[in-house]
Amino acid sequence: MSREAVFNLVVLAGLVALPLYAHLSDAPFTITLATRAVILSLAAVGLNIALGIGGLVSLGHAVFFGVGGYAMGILAFHAQTYAPLMEWPFVVEGTKSMPVIWLVAVVFSALVALGIGLLSLRTSGVYFIMITLAFGQMFYYFAISWSAYGGEDGMSIYVRNGFPGLNTLVPVQFYGLCLVLLCAALAFNAVLLRSPFGLALNAARQVPDRVRAVGLDPFRLRLLAFVISGAITGLAGALFADLNRFVSPTMFSWQLSGEFIVFIIIGGTARLFGPVAGAVLFVALEHFLGGVSDYWHIWFGLLLLGVVLFGRGGLIGVIAGRGRGHD
Amino acid sequence: MSLILIAEQVLNGLQFGIMLFLMAAGLTLIFGVMGLINLAHGSLYMVGAFCAAAVAAATGSFALGLVAALAGAAAAGALIELVVIRRLYDRDHLDQVLATFALILIFSEGTRWVFGSFPLYLDVPPALAGPVALPFGIQYPLYRLALIVIGLVVAAGLFWLIARTRIGVQIRAGENDREMIAALGVDIDRLYTFVFALGAALAGLAGALVGAIQSVQVGMGEPVLILAFVTIVIGGIGSIKGALIGALLVGLTETLGSVFLPELFKLFMAPAAATQTGASLSSMAIYILMAMVLIWRPTGLFGARA
Amino acid sequence: MTEAVLQTRGLFKAFGALQATEDVSIELRPGEIHAVIGPNGAGKSTLIGQISGAIVPDAGAVLLGGRDVTALAVPGRAKAGLARTFQISQLAMEDTVLQNALLGALGAAGRPFDMLRPVARRGALRDRAEAALARVGLTDQARMRVAELSHGQRRQLEVAVALTLAPKCFVMDEPMAGLGTEGSARLTGLLDGLRAEAPILLVEHDMDAVFALADRISVLVYGRVIASGTVAEIRADPAVREAYLGDAA
Repeated sequence: MSREAVFNLVVLAGLVALPLYAHLSDAPFTITLATRAVILSLAAVGLNIALGIGGLVSLGHAVFFGVGGYAMGILAFHAQTYAPLMEWPFVVEGTKSMPVIWLVAVVFSALVALGIGLLSLRTSGVYFIMITLAFGQMFYYFAISWSAYGGEDGMSIYVRNGFPGLNTLVPVQFYGLCLVLLCAALAFNAVLLRSPFGLALNAARQVPDRVRAVGLDPFRLRLLAFVISGAITGLAGALFADLNRFVSPTMFSWQLSGEFIVFIIIGGTARLFGPVAGAVLFVALEHFLGGVSDYWHIWFGLLLLGVVLFGRGGLIGVIAGRGRGHD
Repeated sequence: MSLILIAEQVLNGLQFGIMLFLMAAGLTLIFGVMGLINLAHGSLYMVGAFCAAAVAAATGSFALGLVAALAGAAAAGALIELVVIRRLYDRDHLDQVLATFALILIFSEGTRWVFGSFPLYLDVPPALAGPVALPFGIQYPLYRLALIVIGLVVAAGLFWLIARTRIGVQIRAGENDREMIAALGVDIDRLYTFVFALGAALAGLAGALVGAIQSVQVGMGEPVLILAFVTIVIGGIGSIKGALIGALLVGLTETLGSVFLPELFKLFMAPAAATQTGASLSSMAIYILMAMVLIWRPTGLFGARA
Repeated sequence: MTEAVLQTRGLFKAFGALQATEDVSIELRPGEIHAVIGPNGAGKSTLIGQISGAIVPDAGAVLLGGRDVTALAVPGRAKAGLARTFQISQLAMEDTVLQNALLGALGAAGRPFDMLRPVARRGALRDRAEAALARVGLTDQARMRVAELSHGQRRQLEVAVALTLAPKCFVMDEPMAGLGTEGSARLTGLLDGLRAEAPILLVEHDMDAVFALADRISVLVYGRVIASGTVAEIRADPAVREAYLGDAA
């Protein structure tokens, strides 16, 4: 077994063991922290499909996170106010059921990704970066202006949504649900890497001219990757909203989009567990450094600068040695 | 709805657009010459505003504040170019995004550390306070009019610099071919530092000028940065002319949209719903403009054909 | 006369004031190797671009098996049966030799959106990729990364990827580029055997290879075809000797 595989197993074991320990020793805050890390990991795993395999530097992935969050917020808001979402041409009621909310979050974030992808994937390089960033800001301002759903203040959901057979109000049960979804996304990512689509997408990043010359269209490959990527990040957004029982325009903020990329780089690019390692490290630093200094972002910025300038492999690179780099 | 109101809003749009141009010009120069995408450009805007506010408060002179903004932002720009940015020129865009994102964190938190979380206020200088009477009975704030004039003068200076001076020749050569400027015997390191500091000074100037009509606070730079990106996407990367046209389009669309779209919807909707719909749509207007340009010309109005 | 597999009809392309191709009409017949030669800047790259679909001609048409494919982009022409190789190898350097060949097989199969089954276990794709690698003599290197291959092996892999497409015709852009005598001889032997499967339009600078392989030759100078004929005819053509071979010899 390679050192990277051992590292992945250790991370996974830690993600199972730590919250269980916290649960037994009655430390719900630790579980909440771990849940946050797992959900952010899921969002970054989604981004990594576009960025790591497809080479698409999307600086607007918070859009999908926000769409997923608002899908949850809107459905749950209508359920808790007993007002139907729409009455014409057919009645749509709100819901407090997680599976339904997840489905809606995935479908809508995929649709938004399709729209943004159709426009932004016509370009590449810096244009793509700036355009995804700009569309992210568009959704941010739209959410602020959308006073029916809280506008700038966002909206609170009083009770966490339910999942059949579980009590999601128990932190460790909700955590388990999130962890299962993260593992499913990682498994899908691993299968994807070995599949025809993974092969073609990976080649489209390295040698698009070759991909065209064998009769494949890089644009379609990238578009599908972008849609899948957006859908997974959207699912994470729905979970994040449920964790906080609150949605607001900050879920669309460009800082969040930047942080998703940071998770991937700090963890290690082109590594299956890179986003997970990065998100866990970020949440841990946020907690511990944030406790030490109000200005911990300075130290985090310096760390990030150091990783980008000097340590190309990220955390996994340091621990597991050089793998396939992204250049 | 009167013609005077329309004229006022057009002037507001021009004023906003010309300030955006100061941001976008630096970004597009830096990209055109060095191939670098700089997210920290908004931080330099913020640095300019804080320098101006601090110095104006200490000395009571707005002019000294402006000098401080130019000097402070240029110095900050030169410093980060020497320490960080020059290591990024031959890196891919992903690394550039991350490193300059890290710089935003450092600048924002560093500023919060020094100045605290509360906004600073920069007063409009007394000589430029109050309205001025324009033809056709238009009363318009003198300061905003001054911003338009200053912006146009700077824009003209920039075009002159690039078209007529030795350094301009080097910049244009650098946009076309790095090896050529090396062959011309130009010190590339110094040229790059100069271009970066120039872009930073323009951003700092914009931050200081706008700081007097908005509050000076941490995080003020990034929304402007993103609008400057929209400007560049519309105008075409690397084109100063594109940056000017794009900035004016964005400035006018944003300003006129937020005033007139709700009015437009009131023609055929209930007032409350019209205000809501108009506000939502106007918040998206410039991005819709960007999307339309992308469909029509993916490399922007004045961008090189891919 | 048998119908041409690949045909260009009056291709024109100008870049600003530069006329890169001017009224270029070339035919590639079944079973032949048709070489296009010409000095640097003659418009050979532009011609390849127009044939493969990367460059849109100002005027003229490209026909593949009698069908007008001018409106198709690069992927469409590849699907229609045109396999090209690149002057500068276009290979996924991080991937293995087998993966690069699999990409070609995947393109030929035309179903790249399968996300669940491992590509290496799909029998038909793998068989096709391995057969192509065997054909060019890279079976032993199948598991190596392209980054680890020698330049000569990369040139062979270029041909192997084109082979996986089982095309109607090959369009090869300087396959011998950068090869030494030995590598050049090996690739010449390989191409010699390929013409029976599908004819080859060969753009090449290596004159030994051209004279060894070509059934017919077209000479491109300043964007125009100044001569077209058998090897013997071209060798004897005074215009060619003056415009081109005279410079080279």
